[in-house]
Amino acid sequence: MSSGFPLLSLIIWLPILAGVAVLATGGDRNAQMARYLALAGSLAGLLVALPLYSGFDPLLGSMQFVEHHPWIERFNIHYHLGVDGIAMPLILLNCFTTPLVVLAGWQVISNRVSQYMGAFLIMSGIVNGVFSSLDAILFYVFWEASLIPMFLIVGIWGGPNRVYAAIKFFLYTLLGSLLMLVAFIYLYTTSGGSFAILDYHKLPLPLAPQILIFIAFLLAFAVKVPMWPVHTWLPDAHVEAPTGGSVVLAAILLKLGGYGFLRFSLPIVPDASQYLSGMMITLSLVAVVYIGLVALVQADMKKLIAYSSVSHMGFVTLGFFLFNAYGVEGAMVQMVSHGFISAAMFLCVGVMYDRLHSRQIADYGGVANKMPVFAAFFMLFAMANSGLPGTSGFVGEFMVIMGAMQVNFWYAFLAATTLIFGAAYTLWMYKRVVFGAVANPAVEALQDINRREILILAILAAAVLWMGVYPLPLTEVMHTTVDELLAHVARGKL
Amino acid sequence: MNFLPPDLAPAYPEIFLLVMVCVVLLADLVAGEKRRYLAYLLAQAALLGCALITFFTLAPGTTYTFSGMFVDDAMADTLKLLTYVTVSMVLVYSRDYIAVRGMFNGEFFSLTLFATLGMMVMISASHFLTLYLGLELLSLSLYAMVALRRDSVAATEAAMKYFVLGALASGFLLYGMSMVYGATGVLNIAQVAEMIQKVIQGGVIDDYAILVVGLVFIVAGISFKLSAAPFHMWAPDVYQGAPTAVVLFIGSAPKLAAFGFVMRLLVEGMGSMAADWQGMLIILAVMSMIIGNLAAIAQTNIKRMLAYSTISHMGFMLLGIVSADGNGYSSSMFYMVVYVLMTLGIFGMIMLLSREGFEAEKIDDFKGLNRRNPWYAFITLLLMFSLAGVPPLVGFYAKLAVLQAVLNAGYVWLAVVAVLFSLVGAFYYLRIIKLMYFDEPESDAPILPSGDVKLLISANGLAVLAFGLFPQALMALCAYAIQQST
Repeated sequence: MSSGFPLLSLIIWLPILAGVAVLATGGDRNAQMARYLALAGSLAGLLVALPLYSGFDPLLGSMQFVEHHPWIERFNIHYHLGVDGIAMPLILLNCFTTPLVVLAGWQVISNRVSQYMGAFLIMSGIVNGVFSSLDAILFYVFWEASLIPMFLIVGIWGGPNRVYAAIKFFLYTLLGSLLMLVAFIYLYTTSGGSFAILDYHKLPLPLAPQILIFIAFLLAFAVKVPMWPVHTWLPDAHVEAPTGGSVVLAAILLKLGGYGFLRFSLPIVPDASQYLSGMMITLSLVAVVYIGLVALVQADMKKLIAYSSVSHMGFVTLGFFLFNAYGVEGAMVQMVSHGFISAAMFLCVGVMYDRLHSRQIADYGGVANKMPVFAAFFMLFAMANSGLPGTSGFVGEFMVIMGAMQVNFWYAFLAATTLIFGAAYTLWMYKRVVFGAVANPAVEALQDINRREILILAILAAAVLWMGVYPLPLTEVMHTTVDELLAHVARGKL
Repeated sequence: MNFLPPDLAPAYPEIFLLVMVCVVLLADLVAGEKRRYLAYLLAQAALLGCALITFFTLAPGTTYTFSGMFVDDAMADTLKLLTYVTVSMVLVYSRDYIAVRGMFNGEFFSLTLFATLGMMVMISASHFLTLYLGLELLSLSLYAMVALRRDSVAATEAAMKYFVLGALASGFLLYGMSMVYGATGVLNIAQVAEMIQKVIQGGVIDDYAILVVGLVFIVAGISFKLSAAPFHMWAPDVYQGAPTAVVLFIGSAPKLAAFGFVMRLLVEGMGSMAADWQGMLIILAVMSMIIGNLAAIAQTNIKRMLAYSTISHMGFMLLGIVSADGNGYSSSMFYMVVYVLMTLGIFGMIMLLSREGFEAEKIDDFKGLNRRNPWYAFITLLLMFSLAGVPPLVGFYAKLAVLQAVLNAGYVWLAVVAVLFSLVGAFYYLRIIKLMYFDEPESDAPILPSGDVKLLISANGLAVLAFGLFPQALMALCAYAIQQST
């Protein structure tokens, strides 16, 4: 369905303009105004994104809500937007997360509020742009631009080692994306002067260049996902980032990498993807199993959740490279569900950090005695993180394991170990933090969560449960797109 | 003998500027101490006049005059117009800076205008001698400008280095030109191109060898002027030692003229020897990117850091010329224009942060700028990300255009090297952003620029963003200028 109304442009530019407006409120004298403006802007961003779901035709395989205008004629670059069943849920996820992030930083951030809120709103718009671009350069522009706000968020409002983390984050991701840029320009030259992603999908390519392009893409997306062994920036960035930064990083920015595989690697270089699928599956399984073990021994809660993110994202890349419907759809579900769960987990840690200013597991104990409401929410999310049936965490992992089973028993076996490790590290942490006797006087003084925090966590809890019980609204919109993608990959280009 | 007066029309802007320089000198003499402002206003008026003349005499096609020694074509017009704008911006940014440092006098403005005249002659030269004439007029003015604060040891040292090395480079260039003259017997660029063609077709091996030797010297001379490695040694010292206002001037407008110079010499004159100079330029470009980017990391003086950054940018720009086709040249030109825009902004910012008796020279002087003034911090942020080549800022499209030309010419490895070293480059630009945003300020001296400087620096920073969102017009302009002229 393609109406004349530029819905996608609105979804991209409304948050950005709102962000600029928030920035314009200036110094901390107007902090309260900045907060309300940011909340209004992010809610408006969510509101305008809703027609994307209601107006989406799930039976249509082609791009919808297409907008197409020439932009830089000199290089045949177009302002070309459109979404399919893969991009649309991710845009909604992003628009859904932004108001939560704004709320989460409501009281905690008292320093340069307008810049903080503005940065998140602008990033939200930019990320929507990444998910809806159909022109390689437009995509690249949004992709890189999303680094700038995140770099500032980590660097300005982060923890003690924030500068190191921010610069590492930036340079790591920049390295990957620059090679992707070279691949784009190469494709531009081979395709006879086109930057249209959909043209690249049809462009025939021999295996050798396909492999090189695959590697260039892999570097960009693997860093972003992040896959083992290029994941090391993530724990640093997460630990140092403010809560809102961690939430966006885990819930949204990691999805950019996963999305990249589906939009670029698989359709543009299908044969190389199949040729190298063994390597990709191995790397994914290493992430699932090994990083799961690494998470087990973490003493810092945020680090633990960061490693758990890497492990869960391993499921996503595993699902992609199984080349069957269960795998790819399961991976998509996993991405969305991880968006909810990791956001919730980081928010829970944030709630405790705001009160005690420590992320060390050892500093807590017996939190349930003082914060019963919070402990209940945290319990739900911890269960979801370990993949309990009935929560969204289960659906994606189960689908991917089923997909893996169709390919190879041992893939499925290794992937399934996560159900044990995931439960082990999450619940063990939960036990040490929440249960037991009150460990120290600081915990004794804890106040339970206020209404604002309950609201945020309740919304996420509802989302986690709803997706765990009834994931159909999500899977049905991606069916056609995933089927077409898989058929395209199976045809190959040779 | 029949004497025909030359057609002066193509050279009207140059003639006008020359007259105006004399007016500035005289007016300054008459006006005396109190009305120094007059010289400034006259200089701006001169540039405006030149711009109007150039604009209203725009004509399609190429016109030669002075017996084919002087040319007026689309590239010349475009580069000249850009030069006027650049010089005018330099004057605005410099005004307050030089005023508090006792340099606000007729000499500064007349030397600036003389240098501008030299650039214009370079841009419009179609003869080796005209080219050299313009280059020397530019260079001599610049040497004098660097030494303008004669009681400053650093400035005098910088001027000395600049002069000695610059003179050496001019010697190289002249020697190269004389070789080419020896092989072809002509000095007019169009005729040189024809003769080289004949030499190649005739298969005269000896003559060709002489041409190649000449080419080596010419390329060496060019890279001195562009400050491309390994002929870059003067740049860091001059950037560090010279007054910031002068560095701003050296780092901006002459780069446009240098681009014209490269085009006239290598492309128009010796284009059929592209196979020979491509190899040389690749070495220069790769070395510049390596040395520039790596050395910049170690700098604590921002002017010195920017000097190394210039070296790396010149390397990147040369890559476009390496691809040796219209597409590549226009991408190089685009790169140069964008580079000049960013340089203006960042040196403008350095001068803005300086005040009487204080030079904002250390990178630490940028510490906590976001606290002191978020708006200027934001402008600097835009400039830095643009220099690093991060979209959606215009610096990205400059790199994109050049990389596209390089890949189109089949040099995949060169593109990968360029990309990797721009990653290294990103580090030191990020460090400035880190200082501004993540650190606490060391001083809380208020930043109080004049109204027009405030406006211009904001416009400069926002232009980096605006051209990043809509680069089409500027790209098309560069493509048009090159297409019409080659």
